[in-house]
Amino acid sequence: MSLKKVSKEQPDKFEFSKENLILAEKLIQKYPKEKKQSAVMPLLYLIQKQNDNWIPLVAMKYLAKYLNMPYIKVYEVATFYSMYNLAPVGNYFVQVCTTTPCMIRGAYKIIEACKEKISSKENELSKNKKCSWIEVECLGACINAPMMQINNDYYEDLDKDKALKIFEKILNDEKPEPGSYRGRKNSEPENNRTTLMDLNNA
Amino acid sequence: MLKDEDRIFKNLYNDRSSDINSAILRGDWTKTKEIFSKGKEWIINEIKTSELRGRGGAGFPTGLKWSFAPKEVGSRPHYLVINADESEPGTCKDRDILRFEPQKLIEGCLIASYAVNAHVCYVYIRGEYFNEGQRLQKAIDEAYEKNLIGKNAAGTGWDFDIHIHYGAGAYICGEETALLESLEGKKGQPRLKPPFPALVGLYGCPTIINNVETIAVVPTILRKGGKWFASLGKPKNTGTKIFCISGNVNKPCNVEEEMGVPLKELIEKHAGGVIGGWDNLKAVIPGGSSMPLLPKDICETVTMDFDSLINNKSGLGTAGVVVINKDQDIIKCMARIARFYKHESCGQCTPCREGSGWMWRMLERMAKGEASKEEVEMLMDVTKQIEGHTICAFGEGSSWPVQGLIRHFKKEIMERNNFKPIINKDRKIPYLVDQHLLDK
Repeated sequence: MSLKKVSKEQPDKFEFSKENLILAEKLIQKYPKEKKQSAVMPLLYLIQKQNDNWIPLVAMKYLAKYLNMPYIKVYEVATFYSMYNLAPVGNYFVQVCTTTPCMIRGAYKIIEACKEKISSKENELSKNKKCSWIEVECLGACINAPMMQINNDYYEDLDKDKALKIFEKILNDEKPEPGSYRGRKNSEPENNRTTLMDLNNA
Repeated sequence: MLKDEDRIFKNLYNDRSSDINSAILRGDWTKTKEIFSKGKEWIINEIKTSELRGRGGAGFPTGLKWSFAPKEVGSRPHYLVINADESEPGTCKDRDILRFEPQKLIEGCLIASYAVNAHVCYVYIRGEYFNEGQRLQKAIDEAYEKNLIGKNAAGTGWDFDIHIHYGAGAYICGEETALLESLEGKKGQPRLKPPFPALVGLYGCPTIINNVETIAVVPTILRKGGKWFASLGKPKNTGTKIFCISGNVNKPCNVEEEMGVPLKELIEKHAGGVIGGWDNLKAVIPGGSSMPLLPKDICETVTMDFDSLINNKSGLGTAGVVVINKDQDIIKCMARIARFYKHESCGQCTPCREGSGWMWRMLERMAKGEASKEEVEMLMDVTKQIEGHTICAFGEGSSWPVQGLIRHFKKEIMERNNFKPIINKDRKIPYLVDQHLLDK
């Protein structure tokens, strides 16, 4: 259960764009007809995508009407799950994993890099308003620790210098290449492999 | 060591492409129709013969789970739900299956749905795995194009649809009933069991929930035979398993090995050894953060399977091996895990909601040496108050690692913590009573 701050400044209006209305109808069709409520999570994502990566309260009210469910039920979902942002975040939203497997490989050095480059506090926009960062729990890429997520992409096998370089890029509005930063292939052991030696049987 | 030809996930490192054509070259989707023609009973019996146990953490026999689904479809449809909400710290095996072996999962879904009489399958993927979900969606689209799923899937006469549902960053949704709540569009808080999902699950309908890895190995088992799978590993702990070896090792990696492989072999051979040498090993968490850690002397000999780890008061869990060496502060490591559980508790049951924060705060103080010696016993008591007193297994998951720490490293905590008790006067007051009120 995460604690989340709802933004003080809220827009007055929200509506799905034309394209998103079509997408929303498609998403609802994944679920049985009388179970429209199931689509609340994918539709919250859709709102978040349309609204600069955060969900205003008025959009939750809109969604409640759209799915014919009580507003509080939408609010409950939006506040329960940590990936729904209820206040503005940077265009480049950096999430650094600091759970034990990443921690023991130096994740807090990445946090230092965040503080130096992006902003001194979590959830605070950088000076150019482009980036913000946050410490999160396990992102499920433990063998590539330490790692972080920027928007949808994983940046793996980092250290402080590599993180600083990545931050420099995003502060200049360039998208860095995702993946391993020690040049290894996915989740294989580096240098000498011990299994799946014969590529032909793959 | 397991031979390469016995490995199920041959594209684990993505040497070849994960697209459908190269998956078919690797043997996926062969004989699917033949497997169907042998019937539901045969499929379930073959899985029972293979003694496959669920790969999501609890190790429940898969064939048995499938046999719980009602034999005939009544007024309510059946569902198959795949748990891809992989969030256990130390675990990243399902991610690679979703990325590199998606066809194995999709074919497994088709076979499993036939065995349990379901026509619709939902794959619940954690929200952070957005790209992995896109990869799976692409694989699903490819399978639809080749008529391997959809109407009359793979020429079997079975109609089958598969949908992806993204989670949104809640660890608890990996608990099967919380996952169902989340799929229904609610916050993910676990349900009371019974009724079990096999009878009353998604939308109140019979639902079978399996982990990604469990379902992905099913097609290979059926092609090669349950006996082949059972011949690998140990009795009751059969087959192969993807182990994720992370932490202070030279070459952290995913590797598919036989069940019952010695832990030392995993670390030394596949993961390039402990950083600083084997003697620099402090402890190993053998099965994801919920499982109690093992000190070095146990690590020397223990084998990685469900039963032998239980005998050592730990568990295989998800087989996420986290290696911790002597350069780390073990109390701090466990305090960070306690913080994880405090963050992820869904808040439904009081012992877990309050206790997880309590454990975290005490461990943080113990890491700094700001606790009294009595508090070590108190911490143990708190874990006992949580364990077994919650709706779901999160209570155990959060208290076991702390118990493991106290079991094996009590001396170290005692040496570091010398604070005088806050209340010296009346020791008989139970700590659960508000001490400050009594003091006056």
